Amino acid sequence: MIKETLAQIEELGGRALAAIKESADLDTVNDLRVKILGKKGELTAVLKTMGRLSAEERPVIGARANEVREAVEKAISEQMKKLKLLHYESRIRKEAIDVTLPGKRAASGKPHPMSIVLGDLKDIFRSMGYTVVTGPEIEETRYVFDMLNTHEGHPARDESDTFYVSDDVILRTQTSSVQIRTMLENKPPIAVISPGRVFRRDEVDATHSPVFNQCEALVVDKGITFADLKGTLETFMKRLYGSSVKLRFRPHHFPYTEPSAEVDLSCFKCGGSGCSMCKNEGWIEMLGAGVVHPQVLRNCGIDPEIYSGFAFGVGLERITMMRYEIDDMRHLYENDIRFLKQF
Amino acid sequence: MNLSLKWLNDYVKADMKIEKFARGMTMSGSKVEKWTDLSEPLKNIVCGRVISIEKHADSDKLWVAQVDAGNNAGESAEGGTVTGGSPVQIVTGAQNVTANALVPVVLEGGVVYNFHDGTVTKISRGKLRGVESCGMMCSYNELGLTLEDLPYADKDGILILDSDPEAAKLEPGMDMLEFLGIRDIAVEFEITNNRPDCLSVIGLAREAGATFNLPVDVKKPAFKGVDGELNLKVRIENKELCSRYMGAVVRNVKIAPSPRWLTERLRASGVRAINNLVDITNFVMLEYGHPMHAFDKRYVDGDEIVVRSAAEGEKIVLLDGEERVLCADTLVIADAKKPIAIAGVMGGEFSGIMDDTKEVVFESACFDGVSVRKTAQRIGRRTESSARFEKGIDAANAENALLRALELVELLGCGEVVKTIIDEDFSCREPVKIKFDYKRINEILGSDIPENKQKEILKRLGFEFENCQSNDNCQLCVVPSIRIDMALECDLAEEVARIYGYNEIPSSVPRVFSGVASAPELAFEEKVGAVVQGQGCHECMTFSFISQKSYERAGIEDCESVIIRNPLGEETGVMRTSMLPSMLEVLARNYNNRNAAGRFYETGTVYLPSDNKLADEKKILCIGLYGESEDFLTLKGIIEELLERLGINAKLTPIISNKSYHGGRCAELTADGDVLGVMGEIHPLVRDNFDIGTRAFCAELKLEKLMHYSIAAPKFKQLPKFPAMTRDLSLLCCPEITAGEIAEIISGSAANLEQVTLFDMYTGAQVPEGKKSMSYKLVFRKKDATLTDEETDKAVAKILRALENKNITLR
Repeated sequence: MIKETLAQIEELGGRALAAIKESADLDTVNDLRVKILGKKGELTAVLKTMGRLSAEERPVIGARANEVREAVEKAISEQMKKLKLLHYESRIRKEAIDVTLPGKRAASGKPHPMSIVLGDLKDIFRSMGYTVVTGPEIEETRYVFDMLNTHEGHPARDESDTFYVSDDVILRTQTSSVQIRTMLENKPPIAVISPGRVFRRDEVDATHSPVFNQCEALVVDKGITFADLKGTLETFMKRLYGSSVKLRFRPHHFPYTEPSAEVDLSCFKCGGSGCSMCKNEGWIEMLGAGVVHPQVLRNCGIDPEIYSGFAFGVGLERITMMRYEIDDMRHLYENDIRFLKQF
Repeated sequence: MNLSLKWLNDYVKADMKIEKFARGMTMSGSKVEKWTDLSEPLKNIVCGRVISIEKHADSDKLWVAQVDAGNNAGESAEGGTVTGGSPVQIVTGAQNVTANALVPVVLEGGVVYNFHDGTVTKISRGKLRGVESCGMMCSYNELGLTLEDLPYADKDGILILDSDPEAAKLEPGMDMLEFLGIRDIAVEFEITNNRPDCLSVIGLAREAGATFNLPVDVKKPAFKGVDGELNLKVRIENKELCSRYMGAVVRNVKIAPSPRWLTERLRASGVRAINNLVDITNFVMLEYGHPMHAFDKRYVDGDEIVVRSAAEGEKIVLLDGEERVLCADTLVIADAKKPIAIAGVMGGEFSGIMDDTKEVVFESACFDGVSVRKTAQRIGRRTESSARFEKGIDAANAENALLRALELVELLGCGEVVKTIIDEDFSCREPVKIKFDYKRINEILGSDIPENKQKEILKRLGFEFENCQSNDNCQLCVVPSIRIDMALECDLAEEVARIYGYNEIPSSVPRVFSGVASAPELAFEEKVGAVVQGQGCHECMTFSFISQKSYERAGIEDCESVIIRNPLGEETGVMRTSMLPSMLEVLARNYNNRNAAGRFYETGTVYLPSDNKLADEKKILCIGLYGESEDFLTLKGIIEELLERLGINAKLTPIISNKSYHGGRCAELTADGDVLGVMGEIHPLVRDNFDIGTRAFCAELKLEKLMHYSIAAPKFKQLPKFPAMTRDLSLLCCPEITAGEIAEIISGSAANLEQVTLFDMYTGAQVPEGKKSMSYKLVFRKKDATLTDEETDKAVAKILRALENKNITLR
């Protein structure tokens, strides 16, 4: 009896393993599992006859039957894994696509290039401890001119240069008016940038626009010096253009700063050896700067014997045009989508 | 300011390389824009003596000359040199050359201007009708000169140098460019407004001296003069606008051309030579920076000069031949009867020097800068003179200028100067003294420049030092009168710094902490921008001013704007009160540039007139789009996304009366009954007005309102713990019933309803005539238990009843 049963098990095991190995798809393997290991499966049927065996025989048969069962299970699982892989491989081959086809985009819009530049400036100055302030664009002459030592009769106030709304209300020609308002409303320490639109009576051409954007900075505190202005501008420019740029300070004149400077940047395109961008000078005129004139501080109720400050201003259009090598300022205000998409 | 380097070198030996000179001057504050070698491109032009000249054997008009050009060598076409010394054979078509004449000769390889068109021409050896010609004799214009430079020149022929006043100095072979005063460099400076003293040769000589630490040799000018009656009175009526008036009389005037050393300096400075007297006034203005005027005394009626304000409506014909009607703000120089010049701007018709002028009055005066500037503007003539007055004038320099002019009159021998000169002086000439404290200057600069170095720099610039009367330890810095820009310690600091070198001053970065809060609306604006960019909108920037007419074109009614008094043109005449016209321009430009589609936005400022002095400036988010796949709902999708991101619960109400928008496709957005803005399809008429040939969609939202209703930090809602039940409903209703109304009915009539989503809308086959089909997905969920089918069905039944009441039935 035991021999018979053992032979039956061996035969069943051998047949099952061969069938599993030969099975070509997952369904066949599944069927085999049911057929052999299922409730009504062949191996189960064999085991059901175990009751007829003696107590000594049972464990021998049982052990062997379990070995065969495990071997069959293992073979099934291996075969399934192999077939699955084959199945997927074939599917993958069928599903291959042309990856060079254009992508399907949820196209995002883009910020205006000047916004990108302004964003960089804000980041740089915020990281240096400055806050960002704004003010009205239609402004009183006293904030744009008088309090900045630009008195009645100064050419900057001419109707040929400045847009007037009335005798004492104009479109601001610089965001320095925001600095005046800031100084009037706050006590030092002050460290602000004031980005915004300004207006000058220039006809539109490749390098001029009656509307343009400035970003001015003002620091007022105890012991602020010309050296601080230099160091701040160097840090600012290096963060904006990379650490290899050099700055050159040239004496200049503004009514609201003394000493005043114009600041040149070593040409970031040629590195100073001379190219078309810097007109072969190696330097590019970047901005105006200076130590705040004591009278300006006094005008704003700040005692110049105690406090001092510096200020500077850059043109956003200029930085933007140089960064992206835009050759005509009109592009910035024409808003052609083919232009706007590029940045 | 154009500076002749030769002229500068009369006062300071700044004879370094031009590059070094330009860099040095730029870095000390006198910015060099560019420089021009005046001899460029002329080359290889020497003095020649015609040894012999005879007719060309084969031509009626040509002559063959043998010219002694000294030992000069030309350059052959092959690049080698032609041996000099022997006579040069030149074939010429000019008819005015005779043997023994001295002529300018351009040798082989040399460069001159073309006689006819002024183009640059290189001379090479060639044959003219078989006779070799190895160079060319030159006319005045081939040398780039004018008849004013060389009054004796033959207009059509070769320049015969024998008539030159300095012909005695000439020798064959001599460099003609040197002789004619063309070897010079003109340096163009950008002089800042605070330094009118640098609009002069002497001013720049002082700057060069200080910059390069070179001695500057300026002597006080002096004249001998002759005894005699002055026969001239001067009276200043308006002392506010004329603080000093100096006058001198020159008799027995001989009008003639000026000598070459003078004309060449004028020419290098960009001023045309006219005659000795006029040239002297120009020369002195350029040299001392003080404008002068010379009147023909014959036309000074009553031998009297009155400096006064013009009578309203008074007339004068100026040197330019045009009559000007004057107003009372104009300062004039008048004689006993009439104005003869507009002070500081321009002389009158007969006031100038003429060929037969016998007696001249020189004027050297101080007029108020602002007044001169405004007058020049009013009469539309900004002159070299007015440009100098308007920046400010040193009263002391008026005297130097006059003395220099009189010195030159005697030097040039163009008349007798009457010894007595007139000086009506009401100017305040107390020297400016500024407390000098080297430590304070270092404090301003953040530098450590020693006291003696600072003093040395200031002395180089002409400042002097004295002790304060009160205190021995206190020093005063005495400002030279010419430096009208100096008043405060910070001015001294700049002087020290610029000569010491801005770039030699150390750099430091202050640790700043701003006590000023950032403007919160900027961050909000950035957030809004990021969301709409995420929805495919490109950011625009448009001008703040628009045409008044564009309101009407955009369907905007009754729009009162802030009006610009002096606009560039009608197109940019008013400050916008709406973003819509600007956005429509953007859409139109893109459409007409054949861009098939586009989404745009701008967060721009509008300027609303207010009762205050200044306008009410508001930021508006304006979105504009067009293109095949765009419609009202794509625009609405952008707005929905924005509102969701900002946490704003807004209501949409149809608007039919807005003339900018399509009456059936426009809605107003409100939150708590407060209007946030408007959105919709642009009215076809408006589209036509802006030449947009396709449907366009815009939204205008008030940023301030959005910010007000936006929730900065939404509160977390628990994620559902129990499963949801879903039901789909396909409904039939009249087309007039809106999706919003249906959604409201559904939401209002059932409990546990979590979400209502319209997923299909249909009219056509299978739907009865006059009806539309609307399909909704409903999601039900209980917070605290699993919802059963029965509960859900009950809820749906309730919803259906509510819908049926409004004649909305299940399909």
